[in-house]
Amino acid sequence: MHNFTLLLFLILSSLAIFCGLMTVFSRNPIHSALFLIGCFFAIAGHYLLLSAQFLAIVHIIVYAGAIMVLFLFTLMLMNLNEETEQHKPALAKIGAVISAGMLMLVLVAVFKRAVLAPPPPYQDFSIGTIETLGKVLLNEFLLPFEFASVLLLTAMIGAVLLAKKQNPNTNQA
Amino acid sequence: MTVLLLIVLLPLAGFLLNAFWGKRLPKVVSGWLASAVVFVSFVLSAYYFAGFVSGTQTKIDADIYRWIQFGDLFIGFGFLLDQLSAIWLMVVTGIGFLIHVYSISYMHDDERFAQFFSYLNLFIFFMLLLVLGNNLLVTFIGWEGVGLCSYLLIGFWFKNQDYNNAAKKAFVMNRIGDLGFLFGMFILLTHTGTLHFSNLASIQPGVLPKWILVAVTALLFIGATGKSAQIPLYTWLPDAMAGPTPVSALIHAATMVTAGIYLVARTGFLYAQAPETLTAVASIGAATAILAATIGVFQNDIKKVLAYSTVSQLGLMFVALGVGAYVSAVFHVVTHAFFKACLFLGSGSVIHALHGEQDIRRMGGLKKYMPVTYWTFLISSLAISGIFPFSGFFSKDEILAAAFAHHKILWVIAMLTSLLTAFYMFRLLFLTFTGEFRGTEEQRHHLHESPPLITIPLIILSALATVGGVLGLPEFLGFHHWLKNFLSPVVAKSGAHAHALSHSTELALMGGALAGAIVSIAYSYILFVRGGALPVPEGEEKGITRLVYHKYYVDEIYEKIIVQPVMFLSDIAYRLLDRRVIDGLVNTSGRLSMIAGGQIRKLQTGYIGYYMMFMVLSLVAVFVYALLIRL
Amino acid sequence: MALLSIFQTVPVHYYLVVSAMLFCIGVLGVLYRRNAIIIFMSIELMLNAVNLLLVAFSAYHNDSGGQVFVFFVMAVAAAEVAVGLAILVAIFRNVHAVDIDELKNLKW
Repeated sequence: MHNFTLLLFLILSSLAIFCGLMTVFSRNPIHSALFLIGCFFAIAGHYLLLSAQFLAIVHIIVYAGAIMVLFLFTLMLMNLNEETEQHKPALAKIGAVISAGMLMLVLVAVFKRAVLAPPPPYQDFSIGTIETLGKVLLNEFLLPFEFASVLLLTAMIGAVLLAKKQNPNTNQA
Repeated sequence: MTVLLLIVLLPLAGFLLNAFWGKRLPKVVSGWLASAVVFVSFVLSAYYFAGFVSGTQTKIDADIYRWIQFGDLFIGFGFLLDQLSAIWLMVVTGIGFLIHVYSISYMHDDERFAQFFSYLNLFIFFMLLLVLGNNLLVTFIGWEGVGLCSYLLIGFWFKNQDYNNAAKKAFVMNRIGDLGFLFGMFILLTHTGTLHFSNLASIQPGVLPKWILVAVTALLFIGATGKSAQIPLYTWLPDAMAGPTPVSALIHAATMVTAGIYLVARTGFLYAQAPETLTAVASIGAATAILAATIGVFQNDIKKVLAYSTVSQLGLMFVALGVGAYVSAVFHVVTHAFFKACLFLGSGSVIHALHGEQDIRRMGGLKKYMPVTYWTFLISSLAISGIFPFSGFFSKDEILAAAFAHHKILWVIAMLTSLLTAFYMFRLLFLTFTGEFRGTEEQRHHLHESPPLITIPLIILSALATVGGVLGLPEFLGFHHWLKNFLSPVVAKSGAHAHALSHSTELALMGGALAGAIVSIAYSYILFVRGGALPVPEGEEKGITRLVYHKYYVDEIYEKIIVQPVMFLSDIAYRLLDRRVIDGLVNTSGRLSMIAGGQIRKLQTGYIGYYMMFMVLSLVAVFVYALLIRL
Repeated sequence: MALLSIFQTVPVHYYLVVSAMLFCIGVLGVLYRRNAIIIFMSIELMLNAVNLLLVAFSAYHNDSGGQVFVFFVMAVAAAEVAVGLAILVAIFRNVHAVDIDELKNLKW
């Protein structure tokens, strides 16, 4: 049982990291998007493992469902594919890898110093239920919740305004 | 106290009204408004004056508020009204009002009419502050303020560069004197801790060291030489005639230039303890009087003659102060204000009729065209020449007698000055009003007597010049010297001089002066009316005439020994300090930041990728720093 | 019902390392690619790395506050993607590219 959990964790983790790497390194943007969806599924699995059932479902719906569809839609709208893709010069790529690697090293070094409380012996599965989250969200976090709705509304209006054709004479796209 | 405050603040209100709304008012309204505030001030002053005369009014000396206070130092902002300031109040507001009225007519064509009246009101305000201040600092505010107004009004027609230069010259000369005033105040403040006249007066003789008294009085006198145009700072006054004629009459003849006299009379208790300074005051006064009188003989500009005459008369007043005859000095200030204001306004009337002509070589024969101007001018000339029974006779005679009692040389100089005064005043009168008109035909056609607003002040002033003498009828003839009694509470402490002369000597002096003046006038008559002599045209003067005509080249000497070295030094400072050192520093720092900017700006490539890279690296740096700190 | 905590088997440090790696992959993507849309995806990846850690610590402390935070992050991410992609569409219309090296007008 224990080993199974660990195995599951390792599989999900390696899947997430592999998909993440493929997202970055895929030559075709469409492939990148598809690998990102895979990565999201792996993360959803992690959520389940961490007894955040509701969040896992929302994650799938929002990210894999809504956001990634938006990405793919945009990619197809712009008709981007492998041939049109431009790549950075080799030096910039090496610089990017070194920078990211340094950040990784430093982050790991920081986390190694983290002093943590001892892990709880038992897991409370109720914290991830809709009931608990709903109560917390609508009691303690009511004001931020309402703000989030205003934010989404604003974003929607903003997106419509930004993306609509302003002058048919000058825009051929 | 409220009434006193009203006297001072009314002209200020007039200034503000005319300064801010004057342009929107009709000229008549703004002119009469300015005159009215001064008139109300005059009436209120007269109320106080009458109180002093009848003895019901006592001295007012009160601080309105605490102005400067720190440590042991306390300077209030307050007023002092006693007999001395009351006389000045009457002169300033009374003559000020007449000149305001005169100006309504004189300036009626000027487009900056309201501005002119706002300046005049401001001047009256500052002059009242000067006269009424109960400590030296309040007086100093007025002192500076009248200097400012003088500057503004001399340069009133600022489109003419010469007038601007005259205004600047007056301002700078005054500033030199003001520096003396300031230093005098500093020394007083350091050694006595107070500037209030009442506190200073109560200091017992012998408390202050002698050198301090001499230094303070000398420095204050330097201030007085600046404002009252004495050697060596007198050259600004003749140039100040660039201003409109009412200004010359009000500021540069009747009121502002007497501020120096007022200051010395007011601080007379200090001067009484410093006889060395008094000697200097008398000497400088006498030197100025004779110098200016000789220059006056050869001037051809009607206002310049009057200006030099003013300088010379001020010199006589300083002689009176120097010999301790404070009452005589004040007396002469008052009578001089009457007849000199009248003379200036008369000359203004002439200039007005001739459309700006000021050269007496192109005048003449104006008597039949402008009778009122002629007669008032004649009365004032008789007064200034010291002819019995006009006011100048009495005041000048007092000064001559006091000078005679003090030192014979002073008397000789003062006497010579009087004779010269009588001569050049009548030279002016004859050349202007008698004989044939020497101007152009066109001017002749436009000759006319001035309107009533101009002639009425002339008549009033000439009447005052006639009867002003009753203020101080000679005592030795058994009369009651009213002014002396009136001023006795103020100047008693100042050690008013004792008339040590016998009655017969005084009588002889009086007769001598009168006879001399008459002879002078007669000589002038023979020369200019009988002989029909005319001043030579420009540039043809010879010998001593040439020297005097060019005012002894004093302006040129100042130019050579003071202005040019200063200019030279300034030029060096400009080339070396300004251009090299200061500009160098500024330019170098500017160039450095430009170079640095030019280099650093290369970091800003504009590529978002670089920026993101730097962002990540900075994040790494922050984490590394946090790690190292936590070690 | 109470099961043994997952952290008895999988130490929370593992989650730290995994999310750090995902985050750095996101950073790498931002630096590595020129395509603005891929950069956007990388940013999503970074957000998800943080989300994962939030959920992990929420379980670790048995506190649902962390999960609520993830909700808000998702809301902000959704808004950000909507606006960001709209901006990209607008840019694409003007310059016919989503290549960030073409967008060098930050320097005048």
